Amino acid sequence: MPVLTMAKALNAGLRRALEADPKVVIAGEDVGKLGGVFRVTEGLQKDFGDHRVIDSPLAESGIVGTAVGMALRGYRPVCEIQFDGFVYPAFDQIVSQVARLHFRSAGRLTVPMVIRVPFGGGIGAVEHHSESPEAYFAHTVGLKVVSCSNPVDAYWMIQQAVASDDPIVFFEPKRRYHEKAEVDEAVSPLPLHAARVVRPGADLTLLAYGPMVRTCLDAAEAAAQEGRELEVVDLRSLSPLDMAVVADSVQKTGRAITVHEAPVNLALGAELAARITEECFYSLEAPVLRVGGFDTPYPPSRVEEEYLPDLDRVLDMVDRSLAY
Amino acid sequence: MSDASGASTEVELVQLLTPEGVRIDHPQYSFGGGDDQIRAWYRDMVITRRIDTEATALQRQGELGLWASCLGQEAAQIGSGRALGKQDFVFPTYREHGVAWCRGVDPIHLLAFYRGVDLGGWDSVATRFHLYTIVIGAQALHATGYAMGVERDGLVGTGDPDRDAAVVGYFGDGATSQGDVNEAFIFASSYNAPIVFFCQNNQWAISEPIERQSRIPLYRRASGFGFPGVRVDGNDVLAVYAVTTAALERARSGNGPSFIEAYTYRMGAHTTSDDPTKYRLADELEHWRLKDPIERVRAYLSRTGRNDESFFAGVDSEAAEYASDLRARCLALPDPHMLDMFDHVYVEQTPLLATEKSRYADYLESFEDVEPTEAQQAQPAYGGVH
Repeated sequence: MPVLTMAKALNAGLRRALEADPKVVIAGEDVGKLGGVFRVTEGLQKDFGDHRVIDSPLAESGIVGTAVGMALRGYRPVCEIQFDGFVYPAFDQIVSQVARLHFRSAGRLTVPMVIRVPFGGGIGAVEHHSESPEAYFAHTVGLKVVSCSNPVDAYWMIQQAVASDDPIVFFEPKRRYHEKAEVDEAVSPLPLHAARVVRPGADLTLLAYGPMVRTCLDAAEAAAQEGRELEVVDLRSLSPLDMAVVADSVQKTGRAITVHEAPVNLALGAELAARITEECFYSLEAPVLRVGGFDTPYPPSRVEEEYLPDLDRVLDMVDRSLAY
Repeated sequence: MSDASGASTEVELVQLLTPEGVRIDHPQYSFGGGDDQIRAWYRDMVITRRIDTEATALQRQGELGLWASCLGQEAAQIGSGRALGKQDFVFPTYREHGVAWCRGVDPIHLLAFYRGVDLGGWDSVATRFHLYTIVIGAQALHATGYAMGVERDGLVGTGDPDRDAAVVGYFGDGATSQGDVNEAFIFASSYNAPIVFFCQNNQWAISEPIERQSRIPLYRRASGFGFPGVRVDGNDVLAVYAVTTAALERARSGNGPSFIEAYTYRMGAHTTSDDPTKYRLADELEHWRLKDPIERVRAYLSRTGRNDESFFAGVDSEAAEYASDLRARCLALPDPHMLDMFDHVYVEQTPLLATEKSRYADYLESFEDVEPTEAQQAQPAYGGVH
């Protein structure tokens, strides 16, 4: 039962995927000899060859567009977009091509591919390296969007994403790449699109994914010292949303707060608030509240700690919810 | 003389059949087939044009939402389409009706697409002719990726003509300005992919002339990407066939990509929604009419003197019959149902879609006394129902 960082867990999961299916290929900038700028693909080209772990020219649309062609040829490409802010050149290919081919062909064609995107801030990076673009993709029908929050999920979810016949946009919280956990292969994983209650509590539900799950767990721990029991749900899948788990939790607690790094306007929290209102209206003791990044562009990194939701911002919103 | 890039402005055009219908030699390319093959391609071109004419008429009569005519580009499409092997794969734009014909795609599917019945109803795997792509140039990357897959499958350079395969990515002159097309050139070159980039330069991207897309002849761009480019008379079916055959052979044998600029002309509008009289002169059209791809083959065949008048008449009546039958089939196409649209968004349907579908079905059923019309079924009264 090895203890792995999230980066190593993703690496192990990708290795398993490459071993399990000879049609799996990895493509991206610097994924080969360098092993990716976060070392997620470290050693894979050495072991599986440059025909399966492909260093791409520096062109994101090209990476995704050629992956579409390979998928149509029967391959299962895993594309790495080096940083969140660089996914936009590939936006047309993802939204107009990847997401639609199954529908356009009335189900005859599939494009089983994974687009990995390290996302989010908190690492002191330069501009365009700390974005949270997940809502664009979750809004796009035809795509499925997931985000892992810990090494164990990372290990399993990347394998499940590769095995999925639907295209998956896979968001990896880059500031959690180096957090460690024991990855026990004997414990069978949840389905890819299932949410999980990661900390039970009766007073209020915190809904988070990716990097904010850790923040919410810390907030719940602090709240417990004041006698408040916060339930933390790791959504894991942003599209589709596992509303059964969300609704069960909110119907129990009567209060919900969504937490993500992305600005709140028209983000995941907005959809969650609407769905919770529809499904849990008679259970709600307070409106669904949202904690997120501010509606500014991602700021210069020396102020990012203020921009990013943290334990105190979450607890402040908990106070507001409980005051209703 | 030299142009802005310093390169020679001498532009070579591969031609094997002049606009007057005279066979000429070219030092590098030749056509070794006989007149029977030329007759077959004449038939292909005439039927393609007749289908195209019928589709334009159907649009004018309100039976198609739109049609993108390939009028004038028949030689570029039939010449390249007939050069393809069974194992080769095609990624078209939305105007490759002649290539579709060569791949055995029933033209009713093209009409259904433009009628708004579906988004591409043909079997792209069996015909090895991918669905039409409307976003300009996006398919060039798909073609390149597919070719990378072919190479990984070990189907390049084996020497077995039944195994070795190539991919053709079609696009127009406007698309050469797109990032995706340029990225496709780079990926194809970098990985030595077995692909032929087939550009039909029909001189116009809606209202923008080729001069707005490129300061140099398009075929010369290829050398900057590291593979050969050639300009062929796109209205000369023999030359297009010869040039495409050579490029496909190069790709199949493992020598990598190449670029063909088929120099042709869009005789019609960009689509039925376009009005070219606003941006181009009638005498330009007249100039190109003298280079008509079908007329020159007819002139050549007439000169061979093998009772071709009855052959021409036979092809014309076959084409007319085909078009008439196609019209009837088009009018008989059933409209799609909104309820069926929920089923192929995902391989594994999401709970949200399942719920939307079932609620919409309930909504339709709630009209107790009125059987919903097909139009109502095709258009939801409101969008997302959660």
